[in-house]
Amino acid sequence: MRRSLLAIVFFVALAALWGAIVRAQIWSPVLLPSPLSVWDYVVNAGRDGTLLSASIVTLRRLLSGYVIGLAIGLPLGLLTASSTFVEDTIGVLALGLQTLPSVCWVPLALLWFGQTESAMLFVVIMGTVWSVVIATDTGVRTIPPIYARAARTMGSRPFHKWTRVILPASLPYLVSGMKQGWAFAWRSLMAAEIYVTILTGFGLGHLLHYGRELNAMDQVIGIMLVIIVIGLLADKILFSPWERFLHRRWGTGKR
Amino acid sequence: MSLQEELQGPPPAKLIVDHVSKWFRQKRQTVHALDDISLKVAEGEFIVIVGPSGCGKSTLLDIIAGLEKPDKGRVLADNEPVLNPGRHRLVMFQESALFPWLNAFGNVMFGLKLKPGLRNSERREVAKFFLHLVGLEKFMEANVHELSGGMKQRVALARALAPNPRVLLMDEPFAALDAMTREQLYGDIQRIWEKRRKTIIFVTHNVREAACLADRVVIMSPTPGRIREVFDITLPRPRDFNSIEIARHASTLTAALKEHGAHATLTG
Repeated sequence: MRRSLLAIVFFVALAALWGAIVRAQIWSPVLLPSPLSVWDYVVNAGRDGTLLSASIVTLRRLLSGYVIGLAIGLPLGLLTASSTFVEDTIGVLALGLQTLPSVCWVPLALLWFGQTESAMLFVVIMGTVWSVVIATDTGVRTIPPIYARAARTMGSRPFHKWTRVILPASLPYLVSGMKQGWAFAWRSLMAAEIYVTILTGFGLGHLLHYGRELNAMDQVIGIMLVIIVIGLLADKILFSPWERFLHRRWGTGKR
Repeated sequence: MSLQEELQGPPPAKLIVDHVSKWFRQKRQTVHALDDISLKVAEGEFIVIVGPSGCGKSTLLDIIAGLEKPDKGRVLADNEPVLNPGRHRLVMFQESALFPWLNAFGNVMFGLKLKPGLRNSERREVAKFFLHLVGLEKFMEANVHELSGGMKQRVALARALAPNPRVLLMDEPFAALDAMTREQLYGDIQRIWEKRRKTIIFVTHNVREAACLADRVVIMSPTPGRIREVFDITLPRPRDFNSIEIARHASTLTAALKEHGAHATLTG
């Protein structure tokens, strides 16, 4: 309770500081709108449904790309960790591609798929897969080998070993890898939406882009805030329960 | 075989280690880990293998478990050659091999779930029984990190006993524990052994531990790992770790180890 109160006080103070800077008239209000005008934009856009439909479009793209990315990345990571051949081939490829900023996929996606949903999906998947591969690989390699040995003496066969020992044992790494994958997916989707204008759906990135075109700074900052809030909520809803479970079971994360 | 032998001879060996040799090939050199090891273990016998580190005693245990393959020779369990690890020969390791993603109860259930022919309700009853046997019925829901070192090894013991293996293999299971906890566990393991009459092969470098637990002590020496001498310990049970007789046997074992050029700690 005290902690959330402190957090509220902090953010109110931050907004007040922002308001004070605006009132000091250092920058033109076109460049730095007041917190209230940004709030007005967010409330209006929320009321007329723009914000909701854009958020739905964006989240739909994000989730489908992310889920496909996980479905490809997890097994690939398990493979790179268990076979030296895959490690030397796919593993090296993954390591290289992971260092590539995901926005770099956008030109290629545009040329391959045109201004379509497929281009969006492709960019999000490319942003997700490689970091999930690397995290899964690291997770599996970090497991003490004694777990697998103990399981084998109890009669665990390879499939059982992978699903009941290796996967749960690497869970802490998998969750942080999934979290990192989510962050990369989110970044790459925003990059894609800002660059790729398509007619099949108007996402948050597009709203941000048109805010710039129209010189509407209240829209730009408002959408940025919405994107931040969605990111925070996703973290709290998707990953916090997992992390709480891991900390309780493994006895980690105590202060 | 004559009728006389058939009727009066000893029961067939539970476990036969038959001329087993093992080499480890490393980049620079080949290490001769085990040299022509032969050992017969009877049903319900408590064997302790003693030797200094590097004498190959853990490797021998791994081979009996089926985790490693011998380069020469073979291991027979109930007259079947051991080719793979399996739940008939469960291993209790030195460090805690408990799974941190399961609680104490879940860890004991892990091996039971791999055992066919039981209903899940029966498995739960068996798990509870063994956690009770090791005195941890109040800690069934505890997470692994919440248990002390001694409690962890008790859970590991329950996990190893629960699927009712024919042979229990113990690889220095108490080496990482403090003296007080260890002495408690010597009492526990003797009590449980009396009750369950498991065939146990126990590896240690601690001669006093060996004298306290064993029916037979097998002395090994390193480079290459060889069996040097075998002692029968016929003291009545339960044995007190701190008794004079145990100390006397321990010093005999130490003398034997020294004679074979291997030094081990007296009390560990």
